[in-house]
Amino acid sequence: MGSIAEFFQHLMNGLTLGGIYALIALGYTMVYGILKFINFAHGDILMVGSYIGLFTFDAIRGQTMGPWTVIAFFIAMLAGMLFSAGLGMAIERIAYKPLRRATRLAPLLSAIGVSFILSNMAAWMWGTKSRKLDYPFDNSPIYLKGVSITPHQILILAVVIVMMVALKLFVDRSRIGKAMRATSLDQDTAKLMGIKADKIIAITFAIGSALAATAGFLIALEIKVYPSMGTMTGLKAFVAAVVGGIGNISGAMLGGILLGLLETFGVALLGIPYGLRDTIAFVALIIILLVKPEGLLGKAEKEKV
Amino acid sequence: MMLLETTKLTRAYGGVVAVSQVDFQVREGLITGLIGPNGAGKTTLFNNMTGLDTPTSGKVYFKGADITNRSAHKICRMGIARTFQNIRLFKELSVLENVMVGLHFKTGKSSTTGRVMAAFLSYLKVVDEYELMNESAIKWLEFFQLESLKDELAKNLPYGHQRELEIARALATDPTILFLDEPAAGMNPSETDSLMKTIRRIRDLGITVVLIEHDMKLVMNICDTITVLNYGQNIAQGTPAEIRHNPKVVEAYLGKEET
Amino acid sequence: MFNFILLILIYTAIFALMAIGQNLITGYVGLLSLTQAGFFAIGSYVTAILSVTYGWNFWLTVPMAALISSFFGLLIGLPTLRLKGDYLAIATLGFGEIVRNILNNWDSLTNGPMGIQRIPMISLFGIQISPYKKWGFLVLVWIFVLVAYFLFDRLAKSRLGRALEAIREDEIAASSMGINVTRYKVWAFILGAAVAGVAGSLQAEFILSVTPGAFTFMVSIMVLCMVVLGGMGNFKAVILGAFIIQFISYFPQLVGLSNVIPPQFKQILFGLILVVMMIWRPQGILGREKRSAPRRLFRSGGDV
Repeated sequence: MGSIAEFFQHLMNGLTLGGIYALIALGYTMVYGILKFINFAHGDILMVGSYIGLFTFDAIRGQTMGPWTVIAFFIAMLAGMLFSAGLGMAIERIAYKPLRRATRLAPLLSAIGVSFILSNMAAWMWGTKSRKLDYPFDNSPIYLKGVSITPHQILILAVVIVMMVALKLFVDRSRIGKAMRATSLDQDTAKLMGIKADKIIAITFAIGSALAATAGFLIALEIKVYPSMGTMTGLKAFVAAVVGGIGNISGAMLGGILLGLLETFGVALLGIPYGLRDTIAFVALIIILLVKPEGLLGKAEKEKV
Repeated sequence: MMLLETTKLTRAYGGVVAVSQVDFQVREGLITGLIGPNGAGKTTLFNNMTGLDTPTSGKVYFKGADITNRSAHKICRMGIARTFQNIRLFKELSVLENVMVGLHFKTGKSSTTGRVMAAFLSYLKVVDEYELMNESAIKWLEFFQLESLKDELAKNLPYGHQRELEIARALATDPTILFLDEPAAGMNPSETDSLMKTIRRIRDLGITVVLIEHDMKLVMNICDTITVLNYGQNIAQGTPAEIRHNPKVVEAYLGKEET
Repeated sequence: MFNFILLILIYTAIFALMAIGQNLITGYVGLLSLTQAGFFAIGSYVTAILSVTYGWNFWLTVPMAALISSFFGLLIGLPTLRLKGDYLAIATLGFGEIVRNILNNWDSLTNGPMGIQRIPMISLFGIQISPYKKWGFLVLVWIFVLVAYFLFDRLAKSRLGRALEAIREDEIAASSMGINVTRYKVWAFILGAAVAGVAGSLQAEFILSVTPGAFTFMVSIMVLCMVVLGGMGNFKAVILGAFIIQFISYFPQLVGLSNVIPPQFKQILFGLILVVMMIWRPQGILGREKRSAPRRLFRSGGDV
């Protein structure tokens, strides 16, 4: 414990994990920003996305390795993203949209139902055994002054960074992005300004779900995939979104990375037993909710009286 | 001594100052009006006096006691009741039960623990309590002639009756001061007339009334004293006649005249 | 076949206890808590540990189970209940997972994933109530349900119940009517936890062993389904809901098709129930119970 190299090692591992959390947290935060609702099924959409990516890759990668394998990798990732985007929109249309004017409890309960349906469908169709992406490339670590970095980690970080930059640009610069921000500020006014709120909501679900699928595919590469993975992964990413300030896109990115670092350093340096690693996120959640309930970058909002 | 007063009360949300250094006084037994253009900080001031919001600085005194950071339920128990601008009834409860909620803390044991245990263990007590509350609730409904509607769900009442029910519910807490946030909003002239009579009857019960209102006819007619807020500041106070001719008030409402 | 019906009825009762607690929290106060599995686990382990390790009598472990569960209810409730409702669902879900995590890892107390076996059977006035002879156990668990039903129903019909409903309808208005919103929410949480703890005790005595694997998120979801399906805010309805969900749960075994119907089917069905009920019948099968004046049990009983 204590050497600089070791510190950077954990930092690297924490960043990789945190990047994945951040991608998932974005989906929660975007949906919450617009609908003020926690999409409980988000983690399960991720799970489906990672399975689809995994299956696609197995189907198209071919026998021989070569440049095509790399292309196949990204095609598979894209397939997972597209499928999840469609799934996310379909879920919104079927299970949430009819409940927009219902009590606050109704969409939450419906979302829990959807989550349960997805994870059990997956268990039924694909079995409960956990899988890993059969990635054919050399993953032997590169050593940089005693810090080992695997090509997978580099790949993950690269994908995460590209996705985040793309999303940030999209939301800040594009017409649809502007409409999304307007809708999240005030849905009724946005409608009066000619923004089709329903369409914006559908797009938000699609983007959030696609990002989750990307994260899921990266998890398949580095960790493993199983039908109930969405629950815990989703929960932690939600914690990340809350820590960063729910509804705030930069906050979700920050929160995700912080949570990844916290978990890695918590186990490595603070001596928290590995078995209780999952507990860290919830303790973080409770602390942030008590100390700064609006999150690090969020704005405090008070119910209008 | 004023029944209720604020001293240099300020409430800022981030950089936006909604209420700034306001000294506001309520004299016992009078009807006090609080007026001002939209966004002047009237409701914010109300919320800061009734525990729904906490001032950034300044104090609120009620009967000489500092109640600045007290929570809403405690302030209510001290004798300050209120209604809301956008009607906040318990929609899925009956008219009668809405009033009964107002009677809640007046009945029975004072500690929550005691209440939970009593409800859990003593059936007869539950029945006795119900009968007691039913009786007083009906009295308040009769005050507004709503007793025939007592079993309707609150959400099914017509708008005017909803406003009345909200006042009845607040009165059930047996307040010393009643705060009314735009009680005439959305009412037609004849409903407003009857509201004026009602407010006077409430005053005649010995209850001090403070109201925010945009309907100037109502304000000028029934208020004994008026305070005017503009951009979060107390710009004038006095009798209706004084306020009517105060140049600052005229300016706040009509804008500065070009000279 | 007949045995299966008895089994379903016993599980209906155990889960009905949890559903009664959930109904107070969700149906009356309008809070979405996903932690009944956690309190259920705590109750089970309290009975298991006290009776196996310390040799306590079952009847003494029941109040302890209720007490310790309520304590955890208070512990989780105090920080989270001040917050906006949506976070509560996540925080409580996290709590359930933490409980399971700890049960799995605290070997010296809980024996880890292996759990605790050989829990002594319940005896009452020298008669052993064996879970193998289902009739006796069935009567016992339903007595617990009846007692819980009367206590909670009475609570809900009292002015306390009305205050809880006022909180559900509008927290701000409720606090402006002198109701201490946080305190009442915590109380609802404590009572809901207590009754789930008792359900846990009974579960431990029915299986005669406890393992962390029995207290997954699915248990909380099943309880939630019972409340949603039967009708939020109606204690009779949630008991009906408990029966229907347990019936669905054991239907494959009941008709001898457990080889044909995959185990995930019932869970998919639970998920569907939540979605479909929310869209088409949010009030549940029986709907919310209309609040009415409580009546005296004995007409000429006089005052006590």
